[in-house]
Amino acid sequence: MFENMQLVYLAIPLSCLAASIIAGVFGKKIGRVGAHTVTILAVALSFALSLVVYFDVLAGNKFNGAVYTWAISGGVPFEIGFLIDELSATMMAVVTFVSFMVHVYTVGYMQDDPGYQRFFSYIALFTFAMLMLVMSNNFLQLFFGWEAVGLVSYLLIGFWFQRESAIAANLKAFLVNRVGDFGFLLGIAAIVFLFGSMDYSAVFSAAPQAATVTFPFMGGETTWITVICLLLFVGAMGKSAQVPLHVWLPDSMEGPTPISALIHAATMVTAGIFMIARMSPLYELSETALSVIMVIGAITAFFMALIGLVQNDIKRVVAYSTLSQLGYMTVAMGASAYAAGMFHLVTHAFFKALLFLAAGSVIIAIHHEQDMRAMGGLRKPMPITYLTVVIGTLALVGFPGFSGFFSKDAIIEAVHLSKLPGSGFAYIALTAGVFVTAFYSFRLLFLTFHGRPRMDQEVRRHVKESPWVVTVPLVMLAIPSVVIGAWYVEPMLFGGFFGESLKVLPAHDTLGQLAHENPDATGVELLLNLVLHGMMAPPFWLFLIGAITAWVMYIDKPELPGKLAVKFGAIYRMLMNKYGFDEFYERVIARGVRRIGRLFWQIGDAKIIDGWLVNGTARVVGWFSGIVRQIQTGYVYHYAFAMIIGLFLLMTLFLKP
Amino acid sequence: MSFAQLAFYFFAAVMIVAATMVITIRNPVKAALFLVLAFVSGACVWMTLEAEFLAIVLVLVYVGAVMVLFLFVVMMLDVNLSRLREGFGEYLPIGGLVAVLMVLEMAIVLSADSFDQQNMPRPEPEAEGYSNTKELGRLLYTFYVYPFEIAALILLVAIIAAIALTLRKRPETKYQNPAKQVAVKREDRVRLVKMAAERRKDDQS
Amino acid sequence: MIPLAHYLILGAIMFCLSVIGIFLNRKNVVILLMSIELLLLAININFLAFSHYLQDPAGQVFVFFILTVAAAESAIGLAILIVLFRNRHTINVEDLDTLKG
Repeated sequence: MFENMQLVYLAIPLSCLAASIIAGVFGKKIGRVGAHTVTILAVALSFALSLVVYFDVLAGNKFNGAVYTWAISGGVPFEIGFLIDELSATMMAVVTFVSFMVHVYTVGYMQDDPGYQRFFSYIALFTFAMLMLVMSNNFLQLFFGWEAVGLVSYLLIGFWFQRESAIAANLKAFLVNRVGDFGFLLGIAAIVFLFGSMDYSAVFSAAPQAATVTFPFMGGETTWITVICLLLFVGAMGKSAQVPLHVWLPDSMEGPTPISALIHAATMVTAGIFMIARMSPLYELSETALSVIMVIGAITAFFMALIGLVQNDIKRVVAYSTLSQLGYMTVAMGASAYAAGMFHLVTHAFFKALLFLAAGSVIIAIHHEQDMRAMGGLRKPMPITYLTVVIGTLALVGFPGFSGFFSKDAIIEAVHLSKLPGSGFAYIALTAGVFVTAFYSFRLLFLTFHGRPRMDQEVRRHVKESPWVVTVPLVMLAIPSVVIGAWYVEPMLFGGFFGESLKVLPAHDTLGQLAHENPDATGVELLLNLVLHGMMAPPFWLFLIGAITAWVMYIDKPELPGKLAVKFGAIYRMLMNKYGFDEFYERVIARGVRRIGRLFWQIGDAKIIDGWLVNGTARVVGWFSGIVRQIQTGYVYHYAFAMIIGLFLLMTLFLKP
Repeated sequence: MSFAQLAFYFFAAVMIVAATMVITIRNPVKAALFLVLAFVSGACVWMTLEAEFLAIVLVLVYVGAVMVLFLFVVMMLDVNLSRLREGFGEYLPIGGLVAVLMVLEMAIVLSADSFDQQNMPRPEPEAEGYSNTKELGRLLYTFYVYPFEIAALILLVAIIAAIALTLRKRPETKYQNPAKQVAVKREDRVRLVKMAAERRKDDQS
Repeated sequence: MIPLAHYLILGAIMFCLSVIGIFLNRKNVVILLMSIELLLLAININFLAFSHYLQDPAGQVFVFFILTVAAAESAIGLAILIVLFRNRHTINVEDLDTLKG
């Protein structure tokens, strides 16, 4: 279709960058309309070109190569390059699509905000950074994209920088991500050390040989590949908010809703998942790393979902749901079901963006109130939003036929088949997680849209459906939320959609085994098989129980939750305290660091450096000059004596044999 | 012992005694007079070295001018002598030590054979009709003419400096400023005022 | 005949006497200046002795210059002394410690 695909690859991220610069630097000059026009056009162009690339890749036209060599140091080239295959093409399409929708939605959501142009500049910049991340063909560029999305995330969480809570949240996000990024950077350093290259293909082709290289560690032997995988996973834990580096994600909801949808639900947080999928040739070589990933993911998936049960802030519920779903994807990675994880990533991107944008729509409608206890009964005045939320919820909880069902079911099945240590725990956690997911999702749905309205009269009278710039993206996202699962389940899970971009060893091939259970079925028959199988499987029943429980507790007997909270006070408090992670970090790590800092400040800086070295030097000079000063009496004859004694010494010097 | 030797040792002894008196005597006037004595005997010692012109210059310039200046200053200033003598011997130990060490070092140098009669014989006296002054003058005005002029300049500077230092303006003294007197203009002295004519009151009669 | 060494010894003795003089009369500026004159005289003796024994009149020229400078120095020194006395009513060196930092 295009003569030179390389130009297309370049145009995809660079158009966003250019739009970001224009909107950011010339924001005042081009005005609000100019800012959103240029960024939306740029992202739309990116999206269109991404689709072109996507179909081009499906037609078998892949690309892997450098476009620019930045520097060569010690024989390691630092390049900017693109690796365009099924994996990155899928991610590009998803990122640009969600970003496009969010751009449009923002026009409505941020209408009255004074930082309008700045916001558009940021989200276009984010799209650029995310595209650079997914299109990268080497670790350096991956790291660049990784840090750049982190930066934009920081900027956007603190977008309303007059709010103290927003500043605290963005600082927290930045610091927690620093911890992860430190591990990530160490991992990249280890890769350079072991392979002497930062290029994906070079590293991947050398990986099987390098897999057996070991080094002594804590009395035993550890393979380098495990260390690398675990370090890279630390980075993914930070970015994809896995326990224990998850604490920043709920707080990041301080940012405007569109970026919660774009960055903290659909795209950036999936960077870690994408990275693991991209590194599958490495992760396949380390069962230890896979086990760790699976266990961490399972913990995140289940326990974060539990916190979602007790949250009252609508965005926070969705945020904890995001954490939980990211846990599902991580578990899929750990079970070597990369395709299933990526599949869930794609479906989740759509329905979670949808849920966030819908939550945003509700929030605008009732004048920036986020507490669900002050909502209720919004079904009537906001039909489109209600409908899309229902779709999003059904997709999220995995109602058979909706997109989430196919992906989540595949993950659970894959974990079931996995033989790695920890898979049993992960299976139980994920299955139980389905119940919890259904419970909090329907709790959100019922509290927000059903029951009697709990907002005050003034607000209630003004509640109306959001403008078209808000509802159109909702609808546009609702459509894939329904159909994309059914559409892509066959190629993505069983059809080898991702081709060679994902590598699975035969011993770990859980999805392959899954495919054998549905031997000959294709097309609609396969879908029906899956749906029917899903209806029989425990997750479906758990989902039903969860939904019914939510109905009972929030529609039928609204006084029940309060009683339960009192009865199970300890558990309730633990959930409200989010298991004390924040307190732990605050008390132990933050305070410890502060204490160490104060130690260095008071003893190291104030006492040793200032006191002894700096002022001490001055004092010694002062003391010494005080002594030397005695010599300078001001009496001329003393100087004359000095001259005579000097003369005498000079004579002695001459007489010296 | 020839006359020249006799003269040298005599004047050398006088000079040393005079110098000792200069530095130890209580009264500055007497010290100045002993200094005169030291310089005169110094001039005589120089005579034995056939430096007649410089010997005369020393007597004329030093004894005649500089020493008189010293005497003049000493007499002019009303100096409290007793205070100046306080702690006279305070620095004697260190001064003596330095002096003794210097003497020792000089003795080491001088005791070498290089300066004895054999190695450094005394030259024959100049022939009759030889003029030390002429010889010196010839050197000064030819070979050393630039240093000579610089020396003249130094003296000039010394004169000006001495005058400038001691010159003082007494505010109570009245004196003329000829430059201002010359530069004066008519406007500074006379002011013409225009006014209406006035009639004297007693004119009305 | 008088050997060169005797002239040099005379110069050395004079030099040391004037150094002692500087130490002894540290408070009296007038005597200090006199000691300096003596010092220069001692040096001049050395110059002239060498000039004579080496048959080189350059030594005499040098003595001439030293006399010039010494005259200038004593003139300025005495002028400073007078100004000093006029301003401070003392020539006690002990009282002159404004050079002190």
